[in-house]
Amino acid sequence: MASLWRDATIVAIHTETPRAKTLRLRLAEPSGHLAGQHYVVRLTAPDGYTAARSYSVASPPDDSNEFDLTVERLDDGEVSTFLHDDLQVGDELEVRGPIGGWFVWHGDEPAVLVGGGSGLVPLMAMLRYARAIGRTDLVRLVVSVRSVDDLLYADEIVGPETSVVYTRVAPPSSTRPAGRIKRDDLTPALLSDCTAYVCGAAGFANTASDLLVEIGVPVDRIRVERFGPTGK
Amino acid sequence: MKITRGFTGRRGPRDPRLPPGQYDTGANWPVLSAEVTPNLATDTWTFTIDGLVEQPTTWSWDEMHALPESTYSGDIHCVTTWSKLGMEWSGVAVDTLLAIARPLPTAAFVLARSHTGYTTNLPLADVTGGKAWVAWEVDGEPLARDHGGPARLLVPHLYFWKSAKWVSGLQLLEHDELGFWERNGYHDRGDPWLEQRYQGD
Repeated sequence: MASLWRDATIVAIHTETPRAKTLRLRLAEPSGHLAGQHYVVRLTAPDGYTAARSYSVASPPDDSNEFDLTVERLDDGEVSTFLHDDLQVGDELEVRGPIGGWFVWHGDEPAVLVGGGSGLVPLMAMLRYARAIGRTDLVRLVVSVRSVDDLLYADEIVGPETSVVYTRVAPPSSTRPAGRIKRDDLTPALLSDCTAYVCGAAGFANTASDLLVEIGVPVDRIRVERFGPTGK
Repeated sequence: MKITRGFTGRRGPRDPRLPPGQYDTGANWPVLSAEVTPNLATDTWTFTIDGLVEQPTTWSWDEMHALPESTYSGDIHCVTTWSKLGMEWSGVAVDTLLAIARPLPTAAFVLARSHTGYTTNLPLADVTGGKAWVAWEVDGEPLARDHGGPARLLVPHLYFWKSAKWVSGLQLLEHDELGFWERNGYHDRGDPWLEQRYQGD
C-alpha cells in the first residue's frame, strides 16, 4: 500500500444520480488498486485546515493512471458538498491509497456481492473487473435501492449476473413488488463455495448479512463494509 | 500540503478535544466493522487472559461483574475521521484483570481477540496504568450489539479499531503480533494525536 499523499488531477466529473457524482482522477503513475479498495481524499484550506474522507474506487483494476471515485452528497458533509458543488475538471486533489486488504476481490473465486445504496461502489469495481477478465460466472450482484433514481451505474446493472431490489418504489418493468431485501432475493444469487461481500449503511449491512447466514453462508465467508452516518 | 482551490471548510471554533484531522460526529455514532454482527448471550459469554501470565484466567459474565467497576469519561476517535466527545463508559479496568492474571516479566505486548475472530495488537503499556477497560455500558445503557456488545475492549487514547468489539480475551506476548487491520494497511499503534492512521505514518 502506498502510504504517501499523492497529487491527483480531476479529468472528468460525471453525474450518476441526483445525489451521486463520479470523479475521474489521474495520477502520475498507475493507481494499482484492487477491486474493493478505497482512497482517502484530503482537502486543504489556505490557512492549513484540512478535512479528509475515504471513498471507494468504482473502476476496475487496470494498468492505467486513472481511477474513479463515486461520492454521495451528504447535506451536512463538509467534504462531499465541496466535491459536488465546487470541484471542477482540472482541479488537483491530494489522495492517499489505495487502502484496504480485506474487502477485496482478487478475481479468482466465487463472490456474491450485496450492496445497499451507495454501498454499490466498491462492488461495482468487482463486477466491472469480472466483466473485464471475462469471469462473470464468478460473480452475482444484488443491489438494494429506494427507487430507480438511486441506482448508480444503472446502464451497467444488466445481465443475468445482476438483480435489483427496490425498497420504496419499483419500476413498472419490475416483477418484484417494492419492499426490503429478503431471503428470496439472495438465494438465487448464491454460488457454491462463495465469499459474500456486503456493503451499505449499518442497518442494511446487518440485515443483509443476517439473511446470508440464514440461507447458509458461513459467517467466516461474509465480509462486510459498513458506513455512516448512523444513529446511536 | 497543497491548498485545494476553493476549499475553506465548514468551521466553528475548533474543539480542543479533537485530534488533528478529526471531526465531531455529534449525536451520531457510526458503526464500522468488517464482519457479521454476532449475537452473544451473556450466560455463555467469557473473557480470558492467557499467554505470558502466571495465572491464565477465564471470567464469566457474572464473575466479571463482581469485580470493582471502573469508568471512563471522555472521547473516542475513529480512524475514519469521526470523534465522539464526552462519553461515559463503564466496565472493569484491564489493570484489575491483569492483577489477577499477573503478567510475566517477559510480557511486552497483547493481542486482543474477539468472539468473531477479529484481532488487534497493542503494547502492554497501552492497556495498563488506567488506560484500558473491558466495557459493557455506555452513557447509562447496555452496550448495543452494533457497538460491540455485550462487551468490548475500550482503549480510548488510541484509534478505535484497537478497542476490539465483542472482545473475548487478551493474549500476552513477548513480541508484537499484528492484528486484523494492522495486517491490512493500518498503523501498528494508532495514536490519534500523532495521526498514526496507516502504515508509514
